[in-house]
Amino acid sequence: MLDRTSPPVYYPIRDFDLIEPKHITFPNGLQVFMFDAGEQELVRIEWAFGNVLADEHHALLNTCACELLLEGTSTHTSAQLAELVDFHGAFLIPTVGYDQSSLTLFSLNKHLDRLLPLVKDVLTDSIFPEKELTTYIRNNKQKLQVSLKKNSFVARRLFNKTVFGSMRYGYVPDVSDYDRITRDALLTLFRQQYQPSNGTLIIAGKVTDEVLLRLESLFGVEWQASGAATPLDIPPSPLIIPDGSLIVDERADALQSAIRLGCQSIQRSHPDFPGLQVLNTLLGGYFGSRLMANIREDKGYTYNIGSGLASLKHGAFLTIASEVGVDVTAATLAEIEKEINKLRKEPVAESELMLVRNYLMGSTLGSLENVFSHADKFKNAYFSNLGLDYYDYYTNVVNTITPDEILRLANTYLDYDRMVKVVVGRL
Amino acid sequence: MVTFDRFILANGLRVLVHQDEATPMAVVNILYDVGARDEDPGQTGFAHLFEHLMFGGSVHIPHYDGPSQAAGAQNNAFTSNDITNYYITLPAANLETAFWLESDRMLGLAFNEKSLEVQRNVVCEEFKQRYLNQPYGDVWLRLRPLAYQMHPYRWATIGKELAHIEQARMDDVKAFFAKHYTPANACLVVAGNVDTDTVKQLAEKWFGPIPATGKYLRQLPAEPEQREARREVVRAGVPQNAIYVAFHGPARLDENYHATDLIADVLAPGASSRLYRRLVKERELFSEINAYQTGSLDPNLFVVEGKLLPNVSTEEAEDAIWSELERLSSIPIEPYELEKVKNKVESTLVFAEMAILEKAMNLAYFELLGDAAEFNREVDRYLAVSATDIQRQAQHLFRKENSSTLIYISQEDAR
Repeated sequence: MLDRTSPPVYYPIRDFDLIEPKHITFPNGLQVFMFDAGEQELVRIEWAFGNVLADEHHALLNTCACELLLEGTSTHTSAQLAELVDFHGAFLIPTVGYDQSSLTLFSLNKHLDRLLPLVKDVLTDSIFPEKELTTYIRNNKQKLQVSLKKNSFVARRLFNKTVFGSMRYGYVPDVSDYDRITRDALLTLFRQQYQPSNGTLIIAGKVTDEVLLRLESLFGVEWQASGAATPLDIPPSPLIIPDGSLIVDERADALQSAIRLGCQSIQRSHPDFPGLQVLNTLLGGYFGSRLMANIREDKGYTYNIGSGLASLKHGAFLTIASEVGVDVTAATLAEIEKEINKLRKEPVAESELMLVRNYLMGSTLGSLENVFSHADKFKNAYFSNLGLDYYDYYTNVVNTITPDEILRLANTYLDYDRMVKVVVGRL
Repeated sequence: MVTFDRFILANGLRVLVHQDEATPMAVVNILYDVGARDEDPGQTGFAHLFEHLMFGGSVHIPHYDGPSQAAGAQNNAFTSNDITNYYITLPAANLETAFWLESDRMLGLAFNEKSLEVQRNVVCEEFKQRYLNQPYGDVWLRLRPLAYQMHPYRWATIGKELAHIEQARMDDVKAFFAKHYTPANACLVVAGNVDTDTVKQLAEKWFGPIPATGKYLRQLPAEPEQREARREVVRAGVPQNAIYVAFHGPARLDENYHATDLIADVLAPGASSRLYRRLVKERELFSEINAYQTGSLDPNLFVVEGKLLPNVSTEEAEDAIWSELERLSSIPIEPYELEKVKNKVESTLVFAEMAILEKAMNLAYFELLGDAAEFNREVDRYLAVSATDIQRQAQHLFRKENSSTLIYISQEDAR
């Protein structure tokens, strides 16, 4: 008779193998990391540039510059660029983060000959036509107005503003900020930020010698610094830890309240970071977490609740987010406080810790399914000034962390009273 | 090319195996042939609520998630109008854990009252979060009943109203399980670092003993042909006016499905697509615009939707959409533009082969359609579409009497 009550034998994952990239410095100084693997004849090529801020309260300019990269060069109009990329079945995607702006090309190898010169044109000769800028501003003002009707979006803005204050990560654009964007400012920023000395090239997929030679000739030799001095980002304003205030943005007609709470935290390079990741997972980082188990699976207050830890170049934060029925908003805050205090007072059971360990290692292994994800893991470490050996340290911490250590971390990094609490809806 | 082996257990469960040695992981994907279209019109949202209950414990396993997480797995599920699909991804060495978990919940659920009560609340909050507490969130609650009057696609997967979910009872849950969660009504796909012999042995061991019960044969009312244009105007607390035009489109197995997909790609949302180029960039009528077909098994909807810029009248915006649709009907598409949209399909399909979960889901879905091997012929079907096919299908779709138009008028204080 088949025994369906006891689980089959399973094997905890203790480590995982990462693909070590080939590191090349192109003649113009561009740093290149290459991950050659995979069956399919395709590549993902990312040109990443550190954000150069002229004014910490005007990061919208960096966003606009990146998102307008495909809107025209001296030799290609916006329409022509779009046609060429689409005709070759490629995706050329600008993305803006807190610290970096990237242009990423997804393409089949067979079309690279046509597409790479186009990317070079975009990165060296974007002209930000006035007409395209006007269209962009108009449409993005509309999009922002729609987003501002979403409680979760408003909560995230209030949270960032409060946690980071006047520092760059606390900046959130208002609709009127779009009126401060000028073509001249974009061109100046473009010349400073999109430079080989400020860039990193990350190539993943089937990277043949031919592809690499083509990249080197276009982006390593032909691409020269435009004469501007090596760009320097202004130093960030000092981080100030805010009081643990409660901010309520009342929405009389809301059916749900968006809740967001958290605090500044430690960066990936801090020795406690992997341990704090384990603690964060316990608290709200996976489906079986304390917050999910209590607030969704026991109380049914929400469809989703979770916590996350973000490491940035000049800071870090921990955040808890949910959308809950308006009648249970206060009760949810009370339960979150309870869960945090429990982690500070009671050592976690070995069995629960083991579960989190296995889950973390399994999901890390699962996240390494293809060559792109290997490149992403590398980026996380590299842009925190760490090497891939960071993951050996990470693995070791996850596998050996003790309940006492979790207790210490909770008492050091989780303090409900000192967290910023934002409620958009009704309390 | 996604290769696979197939076998069928004595109880009717179909099993597909796709081997991919490049990954250390395995995925077990189970598609149940049941969706919102199979619901009673008085109990809508039930298939989706049921999906939540599938995680509330089974006959021998009180908690699904704990053992799953312990084995380093990640799992989830989704419900559509047609299907309910469950998947679990885990290190290949722990494959048997997935068989143990999935077979037990096919065998039977714990039918736990507490779980039903909690998940009713969770789903009601999901309803509010996604459909009610968002600008334009209720679009599908309005557009579906406008376009469909007979077919059960007239309600959304989440359900017609919160009350239907609040009223779900345990007896309904049990009946639904008995009717739809049978081996013959499921397709199991195992993909990743696995081999067919092992999968066969595990499938026989864990799923083999589940008794066969008959397969439910659905008889759904066909949607009668629409004969006159329909229209609904909503005044809502949204920041921008918006237009949604829905046309009755092809079923998934209709020979015009692929041509319709390419029509959508010609129109939007790519940066070089017609609607984006002309109506967003050149004529400056919309801030954003999109076109797509819903892709359902029974005849679907082809939707064009856009948000209007301030000071643009809805009449002008609507006329502009129609003039682009009529251009597709009256002028054959140039070979260049047709090649462009085909190239995009080709590369999208190649990129899709990089993820085992995506491959497993595709195999299961094509097996449901009739034969998983058809997935590998999909690209040829797109490549075979001609300019004449596109024009003929555009003429067939874009008729006023085949359209249902939903318009949102911004009234900042409407709520």
